[in-house]
Amino acid sequence: MDGHMAPPLNLDAIRADFPILSEKVRGKAFTFLDSGASAQKPRQVIGAMVRMMETAYANVHRGAYHMSEQATEAYEAARGAVARFLNAGDTREIVFTGSSTNAINLVAHSYGRGVMKPGQAVVISEMEHHANIVPWQMARDAVGIELRVCRITDSGELDLDDLAAKLADGKVGLVAVTHMSNVLGTVTPAAQIARMAHEAGAKVLFDGSQAAVHRRVDVREIDADFYVFTGHKLYGPTGIGVLYAKGALQEVMPPFLGGGDMIAEVSFERSVWAPYPAKFEAGTPPIIEAIGLHAAIDYVEAIGMPAIEAHERALVDRAMARLPQIEGVTLLGRAQDRGGVFAFAIDTAHAHDVATLLDRAGIAVRSGRHCAEPLHQRFNVESTCRASFGLYTTPAEVDLLADALGQAREFFR
Amino acid sequence: MSGGLFDDLRDLYQEVILDHGRKPRNFKRLEDANRTARGDNPMCGDRMELFVRLAEDGHIEEAAFQGRGCAISMASASLMTDTIKGKTQDQARKMGENFRALAMTGVCPDCGGDIAEDMERLAPLSGVHDFPSRVKCATLAWHTLNAALDGGAKEASSE
Repeated sequence: MDGHMAPPLNLDAIRADFPILSEKVRGKAFTFLDSGASAQKPRQVIGAMVRMMETAYANVHRGAYHMSEQATEAYEAARGAVARFLNAGDTREIVFTGSSTNAINLVAHSYGRGVMKPGQAVVISEMEHHANIVPWQMARDAVGIELRVCRITDSGELDLDDLAAKLADGKVGLVAVTHMSNVLGTVTPAAQIARMAHEAGAKVLFDGSQAAVHRRVDVREIDADFYVFTGHKLYGPTGIGVLYAKGALQEVMPPFLGGGDMIAEVSFERSVWAPYPAKFEAGTPPIIEAIGLHAAIDYVEAIGMPAIEAHERALVDRAMARLPQIEGVTLLGRAQDRGGVFAFAIDTAHAHDVATLLDRAGIAVRSGRHCAEPLHQRFNVESTCRASFGLYTTPAEVDLLADALGQAREFFR
Repeated sequence: MSGGLFDDLRDLYQEVILDHGRKPRNFKRLEDANRTARGDNPMCGDRMELFVRLAEDGHIEEAAFQGRGCAISMASASLMTDTIKGKTQDQARKMGENFRALAMTGVCPDCGGDIAEDMERLAPLSGVHDFPSRVKCATLAWHTLNAALDGGAKEASSE
């Protein structure tokens, strides 16, 4: 990807789109470095959701009247926007869910329990978010599939030799790994992982909750079987997630949840499932949230994912240059290919104490284990602080973090 | 000390807390403990193991702890183990109740009488009430103490 060729972002204009960024925290400018947990929302997203509720809202797929038809059209247009965003070959390959977590649980249930056979294995990695660990443990305990954990290297990259070893016996039915670590920022070589999985007869799922925010994702280029991401990290609303799943897989997967909208016909004896993706969208879907997500996708695409990637890469490079200069600060992982997320620790202070101090300077970072407890065990650290950047993050904010960290270390000496 | 940026945090991180956080007292395994419990705030990464030795008449003869956590949680466990030594179990539980109220509201509902002096020693931790996300750091040790006194090797959490 020629991200470095992209023009610089117009940060003043972008920041003016995000009302919350002009809020003050204890009299100081709000320096938001926790977009990896949930990103802020631009007026364009807020406005699209409000407009829909004020002018074009009704339930979808049900009413034979004007407003419902309008809402249905807008909801399906959002599905189309997501399909284009991921470069899916067919709009029907996009399933709306409540979150990334929901989407992974759907696959763990409908594919893990519904299609895989006892004795087959799922491979995850040491740097997964709990959302891509726990559903597989539940599937393992429910139907007797095996759970294998692929190692990562000390630099925080997926150990591809270990992946090959885990795939070698041909028993693996699915490789389910992150496309970008929510702690280390490591971007995994998705196309290569998919090729290795496919050669071993396995399907592949990527947790793109972080990656889809920081760079252009092409599900056909990487040949993903499943790809998930969430709206609220992509400057959209909470309550909506996306599952991309190849049509042939959706065809053979049983539904996850039962209810309205996912059936073709229902009697008390039996029901017939609706064709996919409706089969996986039981109940009233997140309609307003889908409209918000559509607006968020339009927003980032107008700026351009390559430009966003280049902007965040420059910020990370700046942080990687400055933070190691501060005595007592260590960074977790040193992956070559990475996005705008990194974790760090200070020798004199626990992550929570650091976060409390940074908050006084108006700086918001995450502290703790970031829903990745096994990863912290892997690096033998109790907890870390994590800074994560968004398209609105400025170089001055990176400098502010570095300056404040130096002072925080002094405070606790 | 430099760091004017954080001067107004001295209410939370008073010198006594920084001192106990850096050099926790009673930081050891008590081999002859007859009451122990683990405390864990899994989301934060605070965890500790508390050791208590009760005398034959039931009063707390000795208390110690080991663990890792933030300055607040370590200082709180350090001060707690210092102040509960020599107390009856009822006194220690009453201190715990009052301490939790102090940490949440900044005000101690019933800190007079026979525990007045010890509650005074714990008062520097009352600053956490201005930091809702940090209250559980301060109260973890006291939750763990209750679990230990209740008997058994239960896991306590203040989350």
